[in-house]
Amino acid sequence: MSRKVRKEGYPSTRSELLGALHTKQYDEGWLSQDGLKAVSDDLNVPAAAVKGVATFYHMYHNEPMGRNVIQICTNVACMIMGAESLVDLLKKEYGLEPGGTTDDKRFTLVIMECIGACGTAPAMLVNDDFHENLDEKNIIEILNGYK
Amino acid sequence: MDTFLLKNINTPGSADISVYKKSGGYKSLKKALKMKPEDIIDEVKRAGLRGRGGAGFPTGMKWDFASRDKNFPKYLLCNADEGEPGTFKDRPILEKDPHLLIEGMAISAHALQAEQGYIYLRAEYPAAKKILEDAIDQAYEDGILGEGIMGSKTNFDLAVHRGAGAYICGEETALIESIEGKRGQPRLKPPFPVNVGAWGKPTIVNNVETLSNLPLIIEIGADAYSKIGNPDCPGPKLYSVSGFVNKPGVYELPMGTSLKDIIYDHCGGIKNGGNLKAVIPGGISTPILPPDKIDCQMDFVSLPKCGSMLGSGAVMVFDESVCLVKVAARAMYFFEHESCGKCTPCREGTGWLRNILERIENGLGRRGDVELILEVASNISGKTFCPLGDGAAGMVLSFIKHFSDEFDEHIENKKCSVN
Repeated sequence: MSRKVRKEGYPSTRSELLGALHTKQYDEGWLSQDGLKAVSDDLNVPAAAVKGVATFYHMYHNEPMGRNVIQICTNVACMIMGAESLVDLLKKEYGLEPGGTTDDKRFTLVIMECIGACGTAPAMLVNDDFHENLDEKNIIEILNGYK
Repeated sequence: MDTFLLKNINTPGSADISVYKKSGGYKSLKKALKMKPEDIIDEVKRAGLRGRGGAGFPTGMKWDFASRDKNFPKYLLCNADEGEPGTFKDRPILEKDPHLLIEGMAISAHALQAEQGYIYLRAEYPAAKKILEDAIDQAYEDGILGEGIMGSKTNFDLAVHRGAGAYICGEETALIESIEGKRGQPRLKPPFPVNVGAWGKPTIVNNVETLSNLPLIIEIGADAYSKIGNPDCPGPKLYSVSGFVNKPGVYELPMGTSLKDIIYDHCGGIKNGGNLKAVIPGGISTPILPPDKIDCQMDFVSLPKCGSMLGSGAVMVFDESVCLVKVAARAMYFFEHESCGKCTPCREGTGWLRNILERIENGLGRRGDVELILEVASNISGKTFCPLGDGAAGMVLSFIKHFSDEFDEHIENKKCSVN
């Protein structure tokens, strides 16, 4: 008989750490000291180890984010297709610097390494949504959809 | 040639198990479950399949090492951490044909007697996570995963493990550290993962594309498979092409298709009628090539003879509007950013190289900077645990080897000659 329920689970609870941090970040928008402490307590993993993991991986946010996180790739394939001018445009349009958040907390801008959209460059992720073949016109139209 | 790896991706509902089965899906698994594990490993060896993640290690040999280890349980890990800049070849399988990967993994699990598998998925592909998990749920419902798969005595459980944004986790021992819930820093080898891998157990790490070749090998057999493409390293290959071509994208072609055919026939030539200046054939870690090398065949055996490597098959095409000093500086920023920090030559060296490259690009280069780059790079190569440092050094050395005039011009004229 086949099992009808997907078996999650790892041989060690420590392996649940990356997922637990993703969940915490999804729920709270970022990983605060209190958030890290809660994960540490839940999984019985030392707080220092949790902090070590949270600061190693680039997609964990260790400071408060805006409501929408613009993750724009400027790696080579996107750079040669004009990603830098898009970053400049975001500065002009929203006063956004890389790593910065708008005063109204609407956007945070994160410069990404390759996001696997090189054939449809330049590209970005806004929160969990992929947007490809960007140009100076459509990027603003797309961002208008994020309040 | 007929496509195999990408044959389903344009079918509506291609990620659904019923659609996958309609096109013959899971027939190879049914066939494989009737074969002895050692016979499947032998078939993969005879097929000549080599790992598609970048290193090109013979898959059958890796499997043989793992199967000789009598320590159980064993783990099968799929490397879906496709992070090499320029690479987007696995994304169509992950997002459009997840059952091809699941079938490939189930066949592999049976051959390797691994009862638990994980797909290590990069966090940059959020859509793929849900698609894969839905497909895994369907496979469980259908008896393709779980206990006694397809009525056999083989058990196989599969789950998705999401990364969190670290290029280094594409390196197999860093990937294992990461799945154990740690910082993704590579381990010293030996011992190799096939003996001491995840949670100290024998672990086989294979790339998405590698595993997705298994249904084809079982379906047509090693003899027919080994006749596809270059007989020295046969099979279909996914090439992801970006940059200044008319039709960038992922192309499934026989292994060993020439760079020239890829760029000019399949991708429609250089964008806007421009001239080819340079091409990186296998992702940013592989040495750049000048236009006179484009007759080279894109495979594991031919590219080293032309001075580069196949890597992940990520072809990046540059026309004459591109400043290669700028490209090298941006690529080195990437390596600095992604160095895990474990080995000093890589951690410090990539930062210094980025610093020097940026000052050359910005018109602040000094005489002797090129020699300094060569010196720093030579102090990284071969002096690190994992290949990240080698990739960084090899990248900049190849730029200087083929395009030293451009570096010299920047330094002489104190400005970028292209931008």
